[in-house]
Amino acid sequence: MRYFHDIGGVRHAFPDLKAVMAKASPLRSGDLLAGVAAASEEERVAARLVLADLPLGRFLEEALVPYEDDEVTRLILDRHDRAAFAEISSLSVGEFRDWILAEHTDTATLTRVAPGITPEMAAAVSKLMRNQDLILAAGKCRVVTRFRNTLGLPGRLAVRLQPNHPTDDPKGIAAAMLDGLLYGCGDAVIGINPATDSLPAIVSLLQLIDDLRLRYGVPTQSCVLTHVTNSLRAMEQGAPVDLVFQSIAGTELTNRSFGIDLAMLAEANGAARSLGRGNLGNNVMYFETGQGSALSANGHHGVDQQTLEARAYAVAREFQPLLVNTVVGFIGPEYLYDGKQIIRAGLEDHFCGKLLGLPMGCDICYTNHAEADQDDMDTLLTLLGVAGINFVIGVPGADDIMLNYQSTSFHDALYLRQVLERRRAPEFEAWLESMGIVDHLGRLLPQSARQPLLQMAAGF
Amino acid sequence: MGQLIVPDNWDQLRRHTRARIALGRAGVSLPTREVLNFSLAHAQARDAVHLPLDTTALAGELAHQGFHPLQVHSAAPDRAAYLRRPDWGRRLDEAGRATLLAARPVGESPALVILVADGLSSLAVSRHAPHVLMELAGHLPELPAAPLVIAREGRVALGDEVGELLGARLVVVLIGERPGLSSPDSLGIYLTWAPRVGCNDAGRNCISNVRPEGLSYAQAAWKLAYLINGARRLGYTGVRLKDDSDTPAALASP
Repeated sequence: MRYFHDIGGVRHAFPDLKAVMAKASPLRSGDLLAGVAAASEEERVAARLVLADLPLGRFLEEALVPYEDDEVTRLILDRHDRAAFAEISSLSVGEFRDWILAEHTDTATLTRVAPGITPEMAAAVSKLMRNQDLILAAGKCRVVTRFRNTLGLPGRLAVRLQPNHPTDDPKGIAAAMLDGLLYGCGDAVIGINPATDSLPAIVSLLQLIDDLRLRYGVPTQSCVLTHVTNSLRAMEQGAPVDLVFQSIAGTELTNRSFGIDLAMLAEANGAARSLGRGNLGNNVMYFETGQGSALSANGHHGVDQQTLEARAYAVAREFQPLLVNTVVGFIGPEYLYDGKQIIRAGLEDHFCGKLLGLPMGCDICYTNHAEADQDDMDTLLTLLGVAGINFVIGVPGADDIMLNYQSTSFHDALYLRQVLERRRAPEFEAWLESMGIVDHLGRLLPQSARQPLLQMAAGF
Repeated sequence: MGQLIVPDNWDQLRRHTRARIALGRAGVSLPTREVLNFSLAHAQARDAVHLPLDTTALAGELAHQGFHPLQVHSAAPDRAAYLRRPDWGRRLDEAGRATLLAARPVGESPALVILVADGLSSLAVSRHAPHVLMELAGHLPELPAAPLVIAREGRVALGDEVGELLGARLVVVLIGERPGLSSPDSLGIYLTWAPRVGCNDAGRNCISNVRPEGLSYAQAAWKLAYLINGARRLGYTGVRLKDDSDTPAALASP
């Protein structure tokens, strides 16, 4: 197939589908770094004009990463649901956008069609969408998951409580954990990024959260964000592993650079499910992704970073995760240069993930070497809140003292709840009320020294 | 007028962490004082990213410890290029390559090469790298004989080319991590067995947050020595080399 578009006597031609996709992508530093970005603004729009006219089925015929070389491509194509696809198979990419936005395309329709949508189709249509389209369309999608509570219900927003400490000090972590719980955060997960990969340290962190959870009957789940092989070892030792964490990416090469493959994820998913620790459901995986990881690992195959990110969601989808978190601004300015690029990427990732049927959250964040600040984070937080995001991150004061970056704070979550009237996961909300942390409308209550969580803290 | 700020009555917990806990709130929002504290910390971290490494002073200090530092520069000509082009920060410039080729030891290849690179915080390197190496020498008496290279505008993977050119069996990279709001000077340490251009990150081990308020010099050097010995014994680094340095057995016998 030949890909070209003529504008005012100038022919814009593209050698293959992945070139059309890359050049149609909104400008970002990572695609410039990879040498795949459009050379001019006109070329970018020409690529979008080509893309708009392509039939969706083209993505089933021309793999962007070769089938023979890549197990993620094989997963995408082998698992593609032709019956679900039938409903949209006659559409071009441009018509697919119109169809998604059409009034009659509702939540049930999108849920039904999701298994027929490949990551490349989702990425392609997102490249034709403005930010408001990404928000409106994602808002129609609904993905509900369960472990010890129910996440993703309409009108709800959950928060991952992230009580990191640079040396994994148990008291330091417990202090941040209590601060977060008293601010009404932690329904998505209480998840610690450990400073070390040492197994004994990981097991003691798991024990720390589990003890608190059992003592106060907190209806939530815990996770220590360590490599999947460590979680497997921890489970073998009988440690209380609720969720298995892993960073994943959209190509086999990149996943290999993370020290994983699909078989390893399947093994961990099976091991965690067999523990049967979730009383409401058995979604046991927690995945993190982020645009730029494939280029960073030299595993990008000349594909643009947004499309590769969407391919990571095919990996996630295979394992019915509880949570998928796109860590949008962590990777640095060489991939997403400034606030504008970070905001766009966050909206794209949330939309593509939701369209594919994933419980998307976002670590709305930036590093100190990026051209971004708190105002940019406020903007993206508000936009993703409007788009119906399942969860965001809660770090004390937005400052992660272990990972050295700025994410969203407990206060930020309260802001979003107030302006958008978003409530917490129902089981967690009921627990907070029973503990006297919030009132019947979910508003924070002033605490006295008799608060049980503070009485526990008095012990250390 | 009533009280504007709702205080948090758990500020005694602050003694356990530098995390921004018990901040109180104005409505549901941060109090003005905390908004300004945050702005100041962000301003300082931004400044730390752009402070150049004083390589002459660092080389002098390391020479005093018995090392013979070589000085090189990555292929990123300046900080602006470094931030946008990590690929340049992973490779040496022409002069650097020539320096290392000329310095390659004849005969047996070095068991260990050390690279000290500015990364994203020159403060981390100038403040902490000499102390960590001093502590490490306590565990590895042969350390000062190891070739040591100081690099400007360097990334972690620059160690691959440095190690390859010097024929190292193992390269240890000490590098400034991205500055955090509470930690403009955090040092990271990376180990790579059989370094060569193109190694991937699953083949490395990492020790992070090295600074007095984080992982102490002594703890970092202990872990580093543990991993170096493990890598030598097993012949690899990466996800298969586990950091079990906190187990009682490991602590009993270094």
